[in-house]
Amino acid sequence: MKALSQKRRHPFAFVALLLLGLLVTGGLYAAATTVNQAQASNTPEGYSAEQVEEGERLFTANCATCHGPNAEGTDAGPSLIGAGAASVEFQVGTGRMPMQMQGPQAPQKPPQFNEEQTTQMAAYVASLGAGPAVPDDEWLDVDQGDPARGGELFRINCAMCHNAAGAGGALTEGKYAPSVLGVEPVHVYTAMSTGPQNMPVFSDANIPPEDKRDIIAFLQTYDQQGSPGGFSLGALGPVSEGLLIWTLGLALLIGSMVWLTSRSS
Amino acid sequence: MSASQEKYAEAQYLEAEQYQAKTRSGKIANYVDQRVGGTGMVREFGKKIFPDHWTFMFGEVALYSFIIVVVSGAFLTFWFDPSMSTTRYSGSYAPLQGLEMSMAYATALELSFDVRGGLFMRQLHHWGALLFVLAMAVHMLRVFFTGAFRKPRELNWVVGASLLLLGMGAGFTGYSLPDEVLSGNGLRIIDGMIKALPVVGTYISFFLFGGEFPGNEVIPRLYSLHIFIIPAMILILIAVHLFMVVVHKHTQYPGPGRTERNVVGYPIGPVYAAKAGGFFFIVLGILCLISGTFQINALWNYGPYDPSPVQAGAQPDWYIGPFEGVLRLMPGYLGPIPLEFNIPTPWGGNSVAFPVLAPMIPVAVLFLGLFIWPWLEAWITGDKKEHHLLDRPRNAPTRTAVGAAVMTNYFIMWGMGSNDLIATHFQLSLNDITYWSRVLFFVGPVIAYILTKRICLALQRKDREVALHGHEAGVIEVSPDGGFHERHKLPSEYELWTLVSYEAPEPSEPRTNAKGKVSRTEKFRTWLNKIWFEDRVEPVSREEYLEALEHSGDHEDGAPKSLEAASSGGELGSGRH
Repeated sequence: MKALSQKRRHPFAFVALLLLGLLVTGGLYAAATTVNQAQASNTPEGYSAEQVEEGERLFTANCATCHGPNAEGTDAGPSLIGAGAASVEFQVGTGRMPMQMQGPQAPQKPPQFNEEQTTQMAAYVASLGAGPAVPDDEWLDVDQGDPARGGELFRINCAMCHNAAGAGGALTEGKYAPSVLGVEPVHVYTAMSTGPQNMPVFSDANIPPEDKRDIIAFLQTYDQQGSPGGFSLGALGPVSEGLLIWTLGLALLIGSMVWLTSRSS
Repeated sequence: MSASQEKYAEAQYLEAEQYQAKTRSGKIANYVDQRVGGTGMVREFGKKIFPDHWTFMFGEVALYSFIIVVVSGAFLTFWFDPSMSTTRYSGSYAPLQGLEMSMAYATALELSFDVRGGLFMRQLHHWGALLFVLAMAVHMLRVFFTGAFRKPRELNWVVGASLLLLGMGAGFTGYSLPDEVLSGNGLRIIDGMIKALPVVGTYISFFLFGGEFPGNEVIPRLYSLHIFIIPAMILILIAVHLFMVVVHKHTQYPGPGRTERNVVGYPIGPVYAAKAGGFFFIVLGILCLISGTFQINALWNYGPYDPSPVQAGAQPDWYIGPFEGVLRLMPGYLGPIPLEFNIPTPWGGNSVAFPVLAPMIPVAVLFLGLFIWPWLEAWITGDKKEHHLLDRPRNAPTRTAVGAAVMTNYFIMWGMGSNDLIATHFQLSLNDITYWSRVLFFVGPVIAYILTKRICLALQRKDREVALHGHEAGVIEVSPDGGFHERHKLPSEYELWTLVSYEAPEPSEPRTNAKGKVSRTEKFRTWLNKIWFEDRVEPVSREEYLEALEHSGDHEDGAPKSLEAASSGGELGSGRH
């Protein structure tokens, strides 16, 4: 320490300090850019170059009409640069993409591509720019989740559109929040992380992966428990209950009334 | 009691005193009868005649479902704790374990999952409540469309309307008790509507909720209303309602031998008592079947009440649906003009939430109209007579048309209450449904009025034709001279009675008052009266009928068909097609 305090007024001290500062910032910058380059390189982490190549071929054949030849987007479809592998996993994995026709919302339908092809396209889209990745199995393991906490999170964050029982609900102008029952955990997760269609993005800063896992655990528990009170009538609440009493209930009653009075006159 | 003293001789009293029952049960019955006087009551009440028609049984359904709701509700009170103090849930429903919630919600969950038969009883209570209001509503529609509310039954109609209102009140207070998100949303809407009342709104809201919404008071208060005050009022009004039915005697549909001065049917004892007793168990059976197989109000889905979230598909039970719907119907803006505005006041200004206030107007008009209808109709028609024979709806075309118009308006509001579910299930745009409903809210009733009136008049004309010329038998006969004629089958005497016995008054002239002048109100009444009776179909008169009978008699006698008969047959044909 004594040496340092003596030398700090040395004429070259300033130069040495400047050099040191430049080295540190430059070095850090270099390190950071290499990391970035690694992400933006043609083969994203977890995928092989062949997958990317094959995915690009599939993309050109099936998606480029709307999303543009380089996935830069057109009037008919958004840019996929930065959309991430998770988006592909959700949109293609649930059959929403490719869309059959333009409309307020892409409906779920039987998937057009198998898992391998979906992964290839996910690899290609991931290679275009950094975006949400397909979650690790750790975050989809419902046994580690807390259904009660997940239920609370679901009711606060999801139920206003998807209904308290996950049965889905209406949005404006023909758009809707689909039912979340019977949906694969990976699709629930990727829907939250990418915000497909009209859904907002629930990023890891908003709902951390642990919480997402809790929500998935809640949905799985709910799915498995069935409806304790009999037929759930679509879990739609009082409207379907009212409809039942006005149709089945009234029909049974009128039937018995007509029967009771049929012998009199 | 001088009357009874004249009725029975001294010897008869002695005989009654000395009467010894032979069997054991007879002895018990006699013992009770001597102390209670049951014989007189049974003799008096058991002789009451009730006409038999299936549409007369909806009121009975309402009564039975009310009894079922009271009994199942009593079961629920053994476990339910209407308290808003918080607890941590530790019952057997896993997805809610460890959550903080009110005692009300926790005990409602306990009833659903940890009390044997509790979920079934809860569902029975809820389905029963839906049926209770439904039966009252259908009963009321029957009474309306058959004109059973006319003199002397106007006051009983008002009692019935009050029962409907109370039933809705009982339903809504019960719906709010479990203190989960769905019912909390419902209360929040009520709170919002109260607060929308200018100046006094906030004060009333704070008074009801014991402070700022939701507070800690509202569930216990609703509970007293739900299990004590409202059911007691319903019970009293049911007693009044039934008493008045006995006093007025039951109405009947027109038919042979049925007049304004008699009632044709069976006595209560023993036929009706048995039928009614059996029907109670049929209603109970239907409700148990539904409660055992269909889940209702899955309150574990909604979670403990928290004022922040509102869930998709949040709706009230069906009878509050139209009032929710009319709120959804109301626009907040007319083009660029906001409908909410501020009134500057010395203390800083009052905001008037017109989009919340305006929807209360159709609701108020609906209920006001319901209560004053018997007098309104009698005033327009000038009909001050007693009516014990019912109208067939077609024979009162204007009343039926007004009823259809109001029902259409109700249906539009009702549909709007579930506009989100209509949108998702029929793949429609929520906005389009709302815009169309706004138009139909005003135009729909007009269309329904015109259509219903025309249909009623057409049916009356058809009745007239059947009465005069008989039913088309579907057999075409060719006469020797080549004319075609359809054979007609004359209606039976019973049917004929139904077809011809109704009144169709002509519009009345304005009446002058004491000063010999026609007042402005009277002019208005005459105008309404003209609308009411202008389009009418004359009932078949005796002369017309005899003439037609003679005419058709020619065919049946096998007499040579005159040219006239053939051509009149053709005329009928062309008139029909």
